Amino acid sequence: MARNHVTTTVNGDEYEFLCDAEQTLLDCLRDELFLTGTKEGCASGDCGACNVMLDGRLVCSCLVLGVEADGKSMETIEGMAHGEELHPLQKKFLELNGLQCGICTPGILIAAKALLDRNPDPTETEIRYWLAGNLCRCTGYDKVVRSVQAAAEEIRKD
Amino acid sequence: MAIDDTKEAIQDDEDHGPQKDASTRIDYSEDSDLAFDPERKLKVVGTNPIKPDGVDKVTGRAKFGADTHLPGTLVGKVLRSPHAHAIIKSIDTSEAEKVPGVKAVVTRDDFPDIAPGPMKDISVICMAREKVFYDGHQVAAVAATSERIAKKALQLIKVEYEVLPHVIDVMDAVKPDAPILHENLRTKGIEDAPDTPTNIIQRAEWAMGDVEKGFADADLIVEREFDTKPMHQGYIEPQGCVANCTEDGQIELWCCTQAHFVYRSRLAAILEMDISKIRVTVSELGGGFGGKTMFYCEPLAIVMSRKANRPVKMVMTRSEVFRATGPVAGTYSRVKIGVKKDGKFTAAECEAYFQTGPFTGSAFANAPQAIFTRYDLENVRAWGFEVASNRPKVNAFRAPCVPQIVFGVEGVVDEIARKLKIDPIDLRLKNAAVEGYKTIYGDTFGPVGFVETLEAAKAHPHYKSKVGPNQGRGIGCGFWFNRGGETTASLNITPDGSVNLMLGNPDVAGSRGSISMMAAEELGISVDKVRPIIGDTSSLGYNHSTVGSRVTFSAGMAIVQSARAAIRVLCQRAAIMWDVPEDNVVFEDGYVRPASANVGDFEPLSIADIAKKAGETGGAIAGHAEINAKGAGPGFGVHIADVGVDKETGLVNILRYTVVEDAGKAIHPLQVEGQFQGGAVQGIGWALNEEYIYNTDGRMENPGFLDYRVPVCSDVPMIDTVIIEVPNPRHPYGLRGVGEVPVVPTLATVANAVGDAIGTRPRSLPMSPPKILKLIEQVEETGADEAYA
Repeated sequence: MARNHVTTTVNGDEYEFLCDAEQTLLDCLRDELFLTGTKEGCASGDCGACNVMLDGRLVCSCLVLGVEADGKSMETIEGMAHGEELHPLQKKFLELNGLQCGICTPGILIAAKALLDRNPDPTETEIRYWLAGNLCRCTGYDKVVRSVQAAAEEIRKD
Repeated sequence: MAIDDTKEAIQDDEDHGPQKDASTRIDYSEDSDLAFDPERKLKVVGTNPIKPDGVDKVTGRAKFGADTHLPGTLVGKVLRSPHAHAIIKSIDTSEAEKVPGVKAVVTRDDFPDIAPGPMKDISVICMAREKVFYDGHQVAAVAATSERIAKKALQLIKVEYEVLPHVIDVMDAVKPDAPILHENLRTKGIEDAPDTPTNIIQRAEWAMGDVEKGFADADLIVEREFDTKPMHQGYIEPQGCVANCTEDGQIELWCCTQAHFVYRSRLAAILEMDISKIRVTVSELGGGFGGKTMFYCEPLAIVMSRKANRPVKMVMTRSEVFRATGPVAGTYSRVKIGVKKDGKFTAAECEAYFQTGPFTGSAFANAPQAIFTRYDLENVRAWGFEVASNRPKVNAFRAPCVPQIVFGVEGVVDEIARKLKIDPIDLRLKNAAVEGYKTIYGDTFGPVGFVETLEAAKAHPHYKSKVGPNQGRGIGCGFWFNRGGETTASLNITPDGSVNLMLGNPDVAGSRGSISMMAAEELGISVDKVRPIIGDTSSLGYNHSTVGSRVTFSAGMAIVQSARAAIRVLCQRAAIMWDVPEDNVVFEDGYVRPASANVGDFEPLSIADIAKKAGETGGAIAGHAEINAKGAGPGFGVHIADVGVDKETGLVNILRYTVVEDAGKAIHPLQVEGQFQGGAVQGIGWALNEEYIYNTDGRMENPGFLDYRVPVCSDVPMIDTVIIEVPNPRHPYGLRGVGEVPVVPTLATVANAVGDAIGTRPRSLPMSPPKILKLIEQVEETGADEAYA
C-alpha cells in the first residue's frame, strides 16, 4: 500500500515523512519523527496528553490524521524551551511541583500556553475549564492550577 | 494470622499484613544510630528543591513506557476474548501466520504448563488456557512489521468458544446457584468447608477481645450495610514495553512498572528460566497507584521476540487497559459499632466481601487489619471473603481494599456522632488510639499522630467556617500501616566529589528527589551535587516493589546507610592522606576534620578533596546497603469536605476540601502536599463518578475516559493541606510514608458531607447523580433519616 508523503513544520524546522492514510498525527510524531514528548493516554481525544498546536490551534493530535499536517506548522513540547531558557510555565511547574509522574505534563503545558497566549490574566475558573480536557491522575490539579497562575503572573511582569 | 513474608512478597506483592521482624543484622530500634534524632539541625531535608527528573518531564525528554525505540522493532498486538466466560475449544492461527510481515504468533501452546499456584494464575492472566474468564482476557498475540499488519493478522485468527454462563457482581457470585469459575475451587480459611464448587476463594478473620460482651455493654449499636464499585487506578500512561531476546536466551525488557524486580522473578517463573538471564529496565512511570505491579503483555512480547529474533514492542490501548488490567475490588460490607452514651466505643464488627476477578490477589486481608485501627477499641472482630467473578483480576491501589470498607466504618461513626449529639471530631478524639495501643494485627503503637491530626483539623479555619444552604460538611479519618521491606541502594562518589545514586525502586511521584535530599543531608553537600538513577534489575540486589508507602521510608534508610558507609571510607582516606590513625578524624558538615587540636594542624578536607586523591589512597569511594527495612510508622489522616448538592439533578459538587495528615517528617513538603491532594481527588472520583458498567453479556460498556469519568480540573477546588509532623522514631529522618493514607478517608468524608446536605447518608458508591436524586426523592417522601434530620 502506497504511503503518503507529508511535508510539515515542527517547532520551526521543516520535516518530511511517509505515513499510512489512517495513521494519526500523534503516531506520526512519535513513530515517524521520533518526537516522543507528545504522549498517548487514550487515543480518543479525552485526556489531552497528546495536545499540540497546529497552525495556531490547540488540538488533540490523536484526533488529527498525519496527512492533515501537510503544509501546516506545529508546535510540540520539544519546542517550548528556547535553548537553555525554559518557558515560564515550565519553570513554574518545576518550582511549584505542578507535576508528579509527568505523563500528562507535555499536554498540559501546551494547553496552558495556548490559554496564556490568548488570555494573560485568567481567573482560577477559566484555568480550570480550559484545562478540563487534560486529565491528570496524580496531582489533584491544585498545583497544576497554581503553576499556571504563577506563570501567568511572571509573563505579565515581563 | 500475618501473611507477608519475603517469599510471598515475590509471589504476590500486593500489600498484606505488617512484616514479621526477621532481620537481625541491623539494629532498627529507637536507640540505634538509625533512629530519629530530634536535635539534629537540617539543611536540605524539609526544603523544596526541583526534582531531578523534573526538567526532562517538562521538556518532553523523559522516556516513558512507550517511548523506547530499537532498530528493527516489531509491533505486537493482542487478540482478546469477547466473552466474559467461555471454554476455548480451538485456536487456528494458520491464516494469520501467512500474512506477509507477520513474524510471530503466540497462543497458549507457547507457554509452559507450570504447577497450579500464584504463578500459574499470573501466567493464565497473560495467556488464557482452557477457558477465558473475562471480557478482554488475552487469547493470542501477533508480532508484525507494522501495527496495521498485526491488526489484520489478529482478524484472521479463528477461535472457537463455547460460551458459559457468567457472573459479574460480588454478591451474585456467592449465591448458591451462581455460575462457577473454577470447578475445583474450595474455600480456604473455613473449617469443614463443604466439598462443593464455590466462587469464594478464601476467608480471613482478625479478632481481639470479647466482641459479644462489648456489644452487650453498649448503650447504642449502629449497624449498616454498604457497597462500593470497582474503580480503575486510572494512570494516564497505558502499559508499554519492548522485549529483546537474544539467541543465547538472554532477555532485555524495558517497561513502565512499579515492580521491576518482582516482574523479573515472576517472568522467570512463568517462562521457566533463570532469573539472572532477565534484565528489566524501568522507564519513567506515567502513574501506577498500585496498578503497575502486574504485567500483561510483557511475557507475550518476550515469547514473540524469542520466536522472531527481533525486538517486540507492545503498548496497550486505553480500552485494553480498562478491560483487562487491574481495577480495584468492588465490595459489600456490613459494619456494626457499639458505643456508650458518653461516646466511648465498646465493640466493632465488620463482615466484608471483596470481588477479586478470576484469581486470588486482592490483598483483602488488609481490610480487617486496618479498617478500625485508629480507634482504641479492645473488642473487634473483622472478617472478609475474597470472591471470584468474571472480571479482570483486581490489582493494588493506594491502601488496597481499605478505603472501600472505611467508607462504611466512618459512615457508622458519623451516624453515632449525630445520634449522641457529639461533635464528630470530639467523638473521634474520645476514641483515638495513642502510643501503647495494641493493634488487632499484633503491633503496639509507638508514638503516633492521630490525636494531633484530629486536633489540627478541629482548629482549621475550614472546620470553623459556616456551611451554606443546600450544602453539607463531612469528616472522615483513615489509617495505613506504611511499609518497609527489601531495599538496596548504591552511592558512588565521583572524582570531583559530586555523587551518583543508584536506587532500586521505580519513582512514581518524586521519591528519587527525596532520597537524594537525604543523601545530601548526610554528606553535607547541596542536593544539586547528587544525581540519582533507578538501576535495572542486573545492577542492584533485589528490591520489593514501589508499593504501600514504603519507598521514601525504606530507600531513605538504605541511602542513609550507604552514605554513612561512604563517610567511613572518606574518613579512612583522609587519615591516610594525613598519615594519622583513623580514629583521629571526624566527619562534620561535609568535611573531614581532625578530631581534636592534638591531631595536628590540618585544613579540613572536603569530599571533593578526598575524592580527587582516591586513586592514590585505595580506589573509588562508595557505599551501598542491602536491607530489609523495619520500623515503618503508622500514618493517619483526617479529611474535611464541604459539598453542594443540586436537588434537581442530584449532582454533587465539592466546594471545599481539606486534608490533614501526619507525615512523620515531610522530606519535600511540596511533594507531600501533592500526595495529599492527588489522593483526595482520586478518592473524590471513586466516591462520585467512577464505576465499571457491564452489559448483560458481561462486557464492559465504558472502557474509555469519556464514559469512565475521572475527575477533571473543573470538577474540583483547590485542596487545602496541613502536614502534621509527629516523627517516626525508627527512621533517621522521622518519616512515615504518605502515599496511601490520603485516599483512605476520602470516600467516607464525601459521603458524610452528602448525608449532611440531603438528610440521608449514602451507603452505595458511586454517588452518581441518579442515585443521589433517588435518595433526595426518598427523603422528600418519607423524611430525613432521624440522625440526619
